[in-house]
Amino acid sequence: MAFKKSAIPFSGTPKQEEQLREVINRHKDDPGALMPVLQEAQEIYGYLPIEVQQMIADAMEIPLEKVYGVVTFYAQFSINPKGKYKISVCLGTACYVKGSGNLYTKLQEKLGISGGEITPDGKFSLDACRCIGACGLAPVLTINEDVYGRLTPDDIDTILAKYN
Amino acid sequence: MVNIKINGAEYSVPDGSTILQAARTAGIKIPTLCYLKDINEIGACRICVVEVRGAKSLVAACVYPVNEGMEIFTNTPKVIESRRTTLELILSNHNMSCLSCSRGGNCELHQLCNEYGVDPHRFEGENQKTEIDNSAVHMYRDNSKCILCRRCVAACAATQRIGVIGANERGFATQITSAFDMDLADTACVSCGQCITACPTGALSEKDDTEKVLEAIANPDKYVVVQAAPAVRASLGEAFGYPIGTNVEGKMIAAMRRLGFDKVFDTNFSADLTIMEEAHEFLDRVQNGGTLPMITSCSPGWVRYCENYFPEFIPNLSSCKSPQQMFGAVVKTYYAQKIGKKPEDIICVSVMPCTAKKFEIGRDDQNAGGVPDVDISITTRELANLIKKAGIMFNDLPDEQADSPLGGYTGAGVIFGATGGVMEAALRTAAWKLTGEDNNAPVDFKEVRGVEGVKEATYNVGGKTVKVAVASGLANAKKLLKDIKAGKASYDFIEIMACPGGCVNGGGQIIQPASVRNFTDIRAERAKVLYGIDENCKLRRSHENPDIKALYSEFFGEPNSHKAHEVLHTTYKERKLYR
Repeated sequence: MAFKKSAIPFSGTPKQEEQLREVINRHKDDPGALMPVLQEAQEIYGYLPIEVQQMIADAMEIPLEKVYGVVTFYAQFSINPKGKYKISVCLGTACYVKGSGNLYTKLQEKLGISGGEITPDGKFSLDACRCIGACGLAPVLTINEDVYGRLTPDDIDTILAKYN
Repeated sequence: MVNIKINGAEYSVPDGSTILQAARTAGIKIPTLCYLKDINEIGACRICVVEVRGAKSLVAACVYPVNEGMEIFTNTPKVIESRRTTLELILSNHNMSCLSCSRGGNCELHQLCNEYGVDPHRFEGENQKTEIDNSAVHMYRDNSKCILCRRCVAACAATQRIGVIGANERGFATQITSAFDMDLADTACVSCGQCITACPTGALSEKDDTEKVLEAIANPDKYVVVQAAPAVRASLGEAFGYPIGTNVEGKMIAAMRRLGFDKVFDTNFSADLTIMEEAHEFLDRVQNGGTLPMITSCSPGWVRYCENYFPEFIPNLSSCKSPQQMFGAVVKTYYAQKIGKKPEDIICVSVMPCTAKKFEIGRDDQNAGGVPDVDISITTRELANLIKKAGIMFNDLPDEQADSPLGGYTGAGVIFGATGGVMEAALRTAAWKLTGEDNNAPVDFKEVRGVEGVKEATYNVGGKTVKVAVASGLANAKKLLKDIKAGKASYDFIEIMACPGGCVNGGGQIIQPASVRNFTDIRAERAKVLYGIDENCKLRRSHENPDIKALYSEFFGEPNSHKAHEVLHTTYKERKLYR
């Protein structure tokens, strides 16, 4: 099986771990504690790598698989950190009918990663999003605060080059 | 009782019954896929839907309780069409390589598709991309045949409280895998195989080692001996149409002889040997202040669980190898000498009700003759497949007996296959010893028999009070160990088996579909076979086995002797939870 551990080495600090332990202790006896713990853990670390999920599993005395199952069920959780440049492709209806699916595919090929992942150098992360309210520019993608519209897959190389 | 109508006829059924149970008492089998009694009751697959008068939509019979005056319809066109569509939707994303599937002939999905006359190509479209996981030594997962019923997940998480597999991702992308899609071999899976026997399709199976057996038999330079565990004879017949709970020992031995093994022996023999070592080890620990409680070590799923999840109990584990390994160790030392062969020229095959035995043969410190004690371990299912492939007409075979000198056994050896059996067998010899070798010492210790998850008893033998506990199923074992750790319970001697009910319900046994398991306790039916054999044995204490006596006088000297320790005992190590 292809092990889905994040390519970016974990760099959690003792302070973050202390914060996480406090969160777990606070929720430990609540029914359905896993969701709030995961939400707050993601706030602390920015994402939920295997190291963090293991800490949660051990402290809550539940299997790691149970934690991972919940993390992968909800789109709000990420097992990868975000890159220096966060690429977000709009797959909302207007963008999609204008071909944003092709942009998304091209980016995955170009960066060698799937949606939700990060390049091993930590530079780019790729996600899909729903409508950012710029339908007039469809299809649209954003990189951090920059918005690019009326794109075709051929534009991708030029855009990425700006961030190299 | 409540009064209900099913398809127009009136019935009185117990309060609290589900529609599924109520229909069954009326002689109607409602099909199920995800439902497995006590293990997976989630009403998810929608195969068991029925119409209830007044209900807005079809209801799931497996979890829907009956109430007074309820009118149920189990085979209206609406019900049949709904079930058929559900099956066709499952098939739209199913690898239909049924001709070569390991579950050909006993696939629950295939049978339903036949019964409902589905069109397998009604819905065609994208199929999910899946990867085969054959990383673990004992099993093979092919998610292209998985129907996401989650029976395996429940067997792992609820029955065994392990939870190394689960449903990951969401919607069409959902798959049953381990966390972060890591290989099963990299998880703390204990190889019990309860997921395999829970699977309705061919998504899960044992790793097939039958070709290795055929190659060994065909090799003229190798002397190939086979042993079969106690519980195998209590289940093998199910593959040949015998009712659950039929003893097929004689035909099993005859069949193995016809497969071409040079010698057909019996693990019951080495179960007796295990008792000699284990009972004496226990007495030694009691008399000389050793670590108590002593915990049995025959179940490799349990041993692995202990190493992974409760390493603080490793000193409590009996140092005895399991009967499978003791058998191999004796074959490659004592027996090799006796027949004048080198251990490397002998191949020891074992037939086990167990998938964890495939893991056990590769453990460290299991090579008394300088080569692995056991070379190939196959399950009851694999033996059935070998017999069928070889064209052996199992049902017509005469009853034959195992070869000597490693084939004779006592009643104590055969009950190893049921929960409580190892404990009872050990107590028989320990009681005899503690009463000054009194042949009138008790033989029956019935308090430790039965399928209950945890059993306790206190015995007074020869002036000594012995407090014992027996647990089967790792969820029960976990509870017991936690109680001991918390100081809530204390014992002298504990038997733990990884599988609920013991080896008779092992992960390598013949698979019974949910339609049988939900209404028959296969653990109890198979255990009856073993206790029946025990009752009819002339000799019922391990130390009375004449072949065992000869083995000690010719080779080992005394139980727990230096030589016995070298050959028959082993070591354990703490293991990590994650790679």
